[in-house]
Order: sequence, then C-alpha cells, then structure tokens
Amino acid sequence: MFRRCAGGILALNSLALLFGCGSQRGAMTRLDEIPRDPAVQTLSQTSALEKVEPDTSPPQTSLQFDSRVQEPANDWPLPVHDDGYFTFLRAEQLEYRLRDDGPDAARWETQGWFGTDYQKLWVKSEGEQSLRGQSEGEFEIQSLYSKLVAPFWDFQIGARYDRRWGPGPSKDRWFGVVGVQGFAPYEFETELALFVSEDADVSARLTATTDFLITQRLIMQPRLEAEVAVQDVAELQVGQGLNYLDMGLRFRYEIKREFAPYIGVNWKRSLGQTATLVQDDGGQVSNVAAVFGVTVWF
Amino acid sequence: MIRLPRNRAQARHGITRRRFVTTSSLACASLALNGCSALGGVKNISRRQEWGAADIVVERRPVGIEGRSCEAVTLNGSVPGPTLRYREGETATIRVQNRLDVDTSVHWHGLILPPNMDGVPGVSFRGIAPGETFTYHFPIRQSGTYWYHSHSGFQEQLGMFGALVIEPVENDPIESDVEHVVLLSDWTFEDPMRILARLKKKAGYYNFQKPTIAADGLGAILANRTTWGRMRMDPTDISDVTGASYTFLMNGMGPESNWTGLYEAGQTVRLRLVNAAAASYFDVSIPGLAMTVVQADGQNIEPVTVDELRISIAETYDVLVRPKENRAYTLFAESMDRSGYARGTLAPQMGMSAEIPLPRKRPLLGMQDMGMAGMASMNMAQAKSVIPGKGMGRMQEQSAISNTEIARKTTSGQKMSGTKVGHGKEIPTWAQPVPHNLDNHGPANTNIPDSTKGRLDQPGIGLDDAEHRVLVYTDLRRLVPADVQVEPEREIEMHLTGNMEKYIWGFDGKKYSESSEPVQFRYGERLRITFVNDTMMNHPIHLHGMWMELVNGAGKHQPRKHTVNVKPAERVSLDVTVDAIGKWAMHCHILYHMDSGMFRVVEVTESPQTEIDDVS
Repeated sequence: MFRRCAGGILALNSLALLFGCGSQRGAMTRLDEIPRDPAVQTLSQTSALEKVEPDTSPPQTSLQFDSRVQEPANDWPLPVHDDGYFTFLRAEQLEYRLRDDGPDAARWETQGWFGTDYQKLWVKSEGEQSLRGQSEGEFEIQSLYSKLVAPFWDFQIGARYDRRWGPGPSKDRWFGVVGVQGFAPYEFETELALFVSEDADVSARLTATTDFLITQRLIMQPRLEAEVAVQDVAELQVGQGLNYLDMGLRFRYEIKREFAPYIGVNWKRSLGQTATLVQDDGGQVSNVAAVFGVTVWF
Repeated sequence: MIRLPRNRAQARHGITRRRFVTTSSLACASLALNGCSALGGVKNISRRQEWGAADIVVERRPVGIEGRSCEAVTLNGSVPGPTLRYREGETATIRVQNRLDVDTSVHWHGLILPPNMDGVPGVSFRGIAPGETFTYHFPIRQSGTYWYHSHSGFQEQLGMFGALVIEPVENDPIESDVEHVVLLSDWTFEDPMRILARLKKKAGYYNFQKPTIAADGLGAILANRTTWGRMRMDPTDISDVTGASYTFLMNGMGPESNWTGLYEAGQTVRLRLVNAAAASYFDVSIPGLAMTVVQADGQNIEPVTVDELRISIAETYDVLVRPKENRAYTLFAESMDRSGYARGTLAPQMGMSAEIPLPRKRPLLGMQDMGMAGMASMNMAQAKSVIPGKGMGRMQEQSAISNTEIARKTTSGQKMSGTKVGHGKEIPTWAQPVPHNLDNHGPANTNIPDSTKGRLDQPGIGLDDAEHRVLVYTDLRRLVPADVQVEPEREIEMHLTGNMEKYIWGFDGKKYSESSEPVQFRYGERLRITFVNDTMMNHPIHLHGMWMELVNGAGKHQPRKHTVNVKPAERVSLDVTVDAIGKWAMHCHILYHMDSGMFRVVEVTESPQTEIDDVS
C-alpha cells in the first residue's frame, strides 16, 4: 500500500538534516577555487568536510518493493496537460495608405482566437478610415466558431457585421458566415468564406497570402483578395460575378517574429457591374497606394 | 580496455575511482555536487554523506549561465543536480523536499523499480506538493550510467536534472583510470510555457535556418516551393526550439564557460555522456580522439570505436578515450540542426582549451525522411541502377552498403527472413519497407509516409554523408548475450503522429487527453512494440519500468534501451519482456512534444490465464 510521507516527526527529522546540509555546504564553498573532477577529488577532500550525524531513522515509507498496485486517487493530477487554452492576437496590417488619387487612409486587418488545438473562438476585423477630407470608411467584424477538421484546415461558422460611412448615410448589414481557413498546398495561407446577408444575398471572398524569405528576417509577402457575388446589391455597390480584386506586395522585416515593420504597395479594383455602380456614385474604380505599417502578434 | 565480466582482474591500486567505490559502504549513497552553475562563477564541488539517505532540495534559485543571471529550478542549489552514486544491490533512499510553489517530482530515468517509485505524477503517484518531502525508496538492481529529472511541467527544461551512476556489484568490465559525467542540456532564458505557446502559433518560430533567396537563390526557393511547399513541409524543420533560444550546456556550463575534465596522458578516460536536454539532440565528437563506445543506456555493449555519435534526448552513452599527449581536447556536442553547440575541454590541467570545430552547414531533410514511395520501396539492387535524385543518390548508396554489411553479420540462428536481392545479400527484416496502413490518423497528423522501414544503419540527418565513423544503432550489441532469444508472442504497432502547423503531437493521431484507455500490456508476455514514425522529425521514445530490446539484427546481443530514437519515416521494433505490473508512462522525450500529447500510460495487468510463477 502506497502512502505519501510528509508528516510530523519525519519531516522535522528531514529538516534537521537539511540544516545539517546547509552548514556543510558552507564548509564546502572553500573548495570552490580548486575545481577538479569530482570522482577524482572525492576521497582526498572528504576529510575537509564536516562530519554529519548518520541518519539512523528507518526508511520513511511503508512501501514494499514488490508492491504491484498503484492506487490512483481522485486528486492525482494529469501527467501531461496537452489540452490547454491559448490566446492569439495578430494585426497583420496596421498601415498608412498613401494613395495616388484620393485621401490617404488608415487600414487595419486583425484576427485573433482563443481556444484549444481543435476548437477556437475566432474573431476577425478589418477596416479603413480616410484621414483627410470628409470622413469616409468601412469596418467589418466576424465572430466565428472554428474547428480543426483536416490537418491544415479549420472549418469556421459564425456572423459578420459590416458598417460603411462616408458621403451619404451610413449603411450596415449582418451576414451569416461559413468558411475554411488554413494552409493550402504551395504554402498559401488561405481564407475562403461564403456570406449570406440578412437579405439573403450570397457572396464569397478568397484571401491568400504567401511568404518568400529574402533573408531569415526580410520577408516578401504577396497578397490576393477576391470577391464574388451571386446577386446585384445596388445599394451596397455590389455587382454580380467577380466584382473586386485587391492585391498587395509587402516587405516586412521581422525585428522579432512578433514585430515586423513593413513597406509595400497595394492595388485594388472594382470589376464588372460593381465598377459601374461605384463610378455612378462618383467613387474610384481603381486605386493604387504605397503602404507602410507594422505587423504585430502575440 | 574492456573485459567480459568473467575475466575479473584484481583490484587495482592507485586508482581513485576504484577506491572511491570500494570505500563507500554498501548502504550508503554518495552524493557529488559537480558542474554547478551558481552565480559567481564555476563551482565544482563534491561531498560524501555517511547516512543512508540522500537529501535533495528542489528550489528556484538564481544561477549564472554564461555570465548571465537567471532563475532555475535547482537541485541542492545547482544545475545540474548532484551526481548520485550507488552500487548495484544497494537500496536507494532518497528524500526529495519541494521548496517550489508548485508540485514537483523526480523520475529515475532508466531504472527498473516499483511503479509507485517511478516518479510520474498522475501515473506513479500524486506528485510532491509544495513544502512536502517525499521519500523514494527502492532497490537498485542494475548498474550503469543513468539520470534523473523532474516529470512535472517544464521543470526539466528549467534545470531540474542530474546524473545517476551505479557501480556494478562485481568488477566493472569497463576499465578506466579516470571518469567524468558529461551532462548535456539546453538552457533557455525564456519561459518554457511561452516557448510552447509560440510554437502553437507559429511552428517555425525558432527556425532561423530556412531556405532563403539570399542564401540559396531564387531558383532554389521556387524549386523548393514546388516540392516541399506543395506538401506544406519545411526541409529545415529539424528542431522545434533551436540555438535562437537555447544556450547549450555541458555540466551546466555554456560554451564560453568551458567545462573541463582532467586527465593525465596515457590514462583511459571514461566519459559518461547523458543527454538531459529538453528538446535537443547532440552530435558528440572529440577532434583528435577516437571514442570507444562501451555502454548505451546504462547497458554494457561490445566496444565500438567511432569518431562521432549522435546522442538522442534522454539516452546515455559511456565512451572511453585515451589521450596520449598532455594537451587539451575539445569535447564538442553540436546540436543536430547545427544551430549551436555545447562545448567543454579534456585537459591535463584547468584553464586549457583547444580549437573549437566550425559549425557545420545546417542539414536538409530528404525524400527518405518523407517516406516517399519511390524511395522507400527501392531495394539495394535498384538503388544502384537508378539515377540518383537530387542529393538522394549518395544516401541510398550508403544505406545500401550498410545493409549489405548487416546482412553479412546476420546469423542464421535468428529470425531473419530477409529478401534476397542483388548479389545474394539479404535486406534484414527490419529494413524492409512496409506500406502505411489506410488510417490517416485524422486532423492531428499532417504527414502520411507511403511506406516506412528501419533506418538503424543510418547515422541520421546531417551525418549520413559523414566520412568519419559515426555510431549507428546496428553497432549496438549487448556485451553479455541474453541466455535465450525469446520470440515475441504479440505485436502492437504505434504510429508517432504530429501536426507541425498546429503543433499537436500524439500516437496514432491522438493526444494523451484524447486517449481514454491505457495501452494494455499483459504481465508475463513477450511483446513486440513497433513504432512507426509518420512525422518528419526524430522522436526519442521512452518506456518507463521495463527494458525495450532494440530489434537490430543482433539476435541474443540485441541491446536493451530505455529510450529509442525513431527517425523520420522509420519503423523500429522493440521487444519487451513484460515483467512489471503497474502503470507506466511511455512518451516522446522531447518535452514540448510530450506536453503537446505524445504521451501514453501503459498498464501492465495479469491476464487471467497467465500464472505469475511461469514468469521469471
């Protein structure tokens, strides 16, 4: 039968011994100046050490050597803790956009999750705000349940809320989201999501990035974003079919893995019916911007 | 240099080690504090205790690593802890007092002992609570070089380990004039929990040896993208935590601090090498000296002379060296991924040093590490006719030659139904490729090799093209053969699986927390465990409580191991005589893999039909 042995007299006994060790250790430090192989020096130097009272106490355990039974009690901990929760927050883009035509803008794209290896609460947010002239911008947030369903892929389901402001009245809209996020062959970080708006309009978005290492810390990252819609939604300047492309090329320098300033260029363009709708509203169909910012995560 | 036990020499005089042993009384543990890295410089002190128990105090204390102050989990105030010395046949009584604010534990790595003394919280016992003193009490029924370490949390990474040396009850067949324990480890100034969190978020966080456009050229990068990138694999993914975070230590001392072991010219020096690292493999060499390996995992083996050996995490090797001159020799232990090294010096006096070898180029994983069909199923005859793939031809050629040698050594007495190929040589059974089964192990496993095979005759990544002698697992042959070669009556196959991207590790696609039942062993049976490594990393697998005999074609000489390295896309078989009832841990000894799920509990129970008396 197994019994832990901490208590009373035995512990006091051990403590007394430990004090003994303490004083002995003081004596030993005198030997510091002559470090030698312990096996060689042991005999010759033992005499220099204080004698310690022999411990005559019986073995402090009721254990039998041939004890074959362990009796796990309910208060035993787990041997390993492999299902812990982790928190991840990343601002991939926190940037200033110097546009060729139109007011400069601030842009952010962030995501974060909390959860285990297999299941996570995943939150994504992106948006843009003009920095000059009339305030104009857009903002989007997604809150998703995420589950690892394949070695490189998370399945995600949740809600998205959009808000757009600027000239004219603000508009907002809710969507349901179903998507996958993961690491595609040829090393593309990929997000593919299907959105169904509160008016049952269906659209989809693909985002893909990949890293090319120029050095161990200087990294070139091409990025592609494309949007497709099933229906025209004129009030939101959405045209049917492939209606939006956004491409970027950023060069970041990882001062730390978690902190990387970058510069780059971003080009975006509305296509098809969307382009017409944007044009009719006096907006820009296409836009090129020099960007600089920082990627941070923890 | 080495004798069989029967050929016992008389006690030699003037040899301190020998006298040291004989003068220690039977029931007495000798405690030696060595290689202590405490603040204020190098301490190298030792003592003997005349009482029956050793006392170990576990405490967080400041230590100095390479002149930098940091806090470690110390054993009696030092990193590493004291070297515990026993003699076979003694009874160990070791009191461990926990002065931490969290639970602790001490596991006696490689020792055959009662299950409740094995020191694994949640498996062997409850653990040692803060303020408590736990008394370990067990008979010592073996000899050799072992070690001990915490089995709680990340305390092992934080310095809680030490060497455990057991002298044989009869004269040691390994004769030496002087001996040194060489404990290799990896120290980080970061919080290990933070390291794990970073690996979960960005598995390549610590890898600063990736292929780059600047170093390898745009062409190579694009080619890499279409081969490795297509499979979402990284050919430089060799160590999870690298020299970017680690300072590699020898007896608690960094490369600059230069741990020094003394000898006199003409002496035979026994080095007891222990890899106590949390996540680093080391390639050990002593430029200018050949090493004769005489013991592996505490078990005497037939002497093998090599220039370099890879010591997997938690393994031990005893080597003999014979420096002829009075000069300094560098004891060099380079990490497997070449991101750093531990270093010390063997010298006739303190303060000497020798040239440190230049770090080698970081190795790249090959097709063989992936278990690609075209490669793995290729037999020797084909290997010679096929035009070598990029960088692969030589490796195949080399393994083909080694295979031939193994085949030649193989005796007909043992079970070796090899396949005849080429010039009448046989590929041993263990080296034959076996296709992967249909199970893809689910989302926790990213790589499924087409087939796996034994790679026991290969030194391993980064050493396969070495031109000097490197130890391989087929070199390991027990010094004293087993009386009988017992054939296994049952075989279980366990796949080592992992998701590199998400940093999930496990067996058969499951983490420990997902595996409800312990792995069942039957008391008294002779069991063959076959580990199949589906991943592209090396995994040192450790079974507690029972020896594993490595099936390497040595028959009655097949070596006993407590920890076996399984190379990428390798299948390794180990025979176990299941002779220890109870619950035991079995796990990957890469600490971060274990704590990510590569851990199992093995339960040995008496099956109703087995009589205990039948088993010796």
